[in-house]
Amino acid sequence: MHELAITQSLLSIALEHASRAGAKRITRINLVIGDISSIVDDCVQFYFDFISKDTIAEGATLSFKRVSPRFRCYTCGEEFAKEADFTCPSCGALGGEVVAGREFFIESIEVET
Amino acid sequence: MKPESMSQGQPLKIQVIEDILSENRRIATENRRLLNEKRVFAVNIMSSPGAGKTSLILQTIAHLREKVRIGVIEGDVASQIDAERIKREGVHVTQINTGGECHLDANMVRSALGKLELEEIDLLLIENVGNLICPAEFELGEHLKAMISSIPEGDDKPYKYPLMFTDVDALVINKIDLLPYLEFDLEGFRKGAKALNRDIRIFEVSCKTGEGIEEWVDWLKKMAFS
Repeated sequence: MHELAITQSLLSIALEHASRAGAKRITRINLVIGDISSIVDDCVQFYFDFISKDTIAEGATLSFKRVSPRFRCYTCGEEFAKEADFTCPSCGALGGEVVAGREFFIESIEVET
Repeated sequence: MKPESMSQGQPLKIQVIEDILSENRRIATENRRLLNEKRVFAVNIMSSPGAGKTSLILQTIAHLREKVRIGVIEGDVASQIDAERIKREGVHVTQINTGGECHLDANMVRSALGKLELEEIDLLLIENVGNLICPAEFELGEHLKAMISSIPEGDDKPYKYPLMFTDVDALVINKIDLLPYLEFDLEGFRKGAKALNRDIRIFEVSCKTGEGIEEWVDWLKKMAFS
């Protein structure tokens, strides 16, 4: 449950970019979030609605693009989606480096000027 | 930021591509710079509540106090209980009460660093808030991350909390003295941890009996001072 801290950061990043563009209103914030990071979408939206009041981001929709975890096998180098026990489907070895699923950024914002 | 159109009153999409935790990371980098300048080696100790963070810190103090000057930052949602326990050992300690937040962040650590006599500290142990999820996301400026997992918590943790295992340098399996009494697949647990992080150093310890502590402390000393 660290969504409040995170929502505050994402609001300030969005406001900064909007103000640099001279925007009057932020209508949408497009987020990319990996499934390994433990963020609850509804919870972020809940906090966002609360802390964005009286800012130009009030009423903005948050869109969450989720990225599934992928691993690169330590043994054969193949990439694979997370299996129940991190076993590589190509060579059967256990484990790999996380190559996707840790994303946590604002991709874009949609504004009215 | 690349505005696609700047005409008045038109909807506009602005490309951002900015990490949401970038501000925390920036402060963490500042913390690390300060620690390096003062020649302090910092360790972020994470685990779920009750796994033995304070006990491992007390054991580490007991083994190293004659050789290095130790400082402790105690992170807790509320209360001074752990800080009081550590203060009795006569080491520098400061408390952070997060007031509900489930993790320490770089900004909290920055203010805690301001309250410590860093010139008088060689090794700084940072006890994070008891939680296996959130602390993994927040860099503090530490040099080393260690997590504790204890036998009664069960052997499925690498599968349930992968991020924590992926990011730490060391895994301390505590309460190893309870292994004969509980169902815990130690081999499977070690395998799961290694699957997510092949470089992870694993220690089997009991903070109660002192088993395995020597090995942990020797490694810590080597990482910090050689």
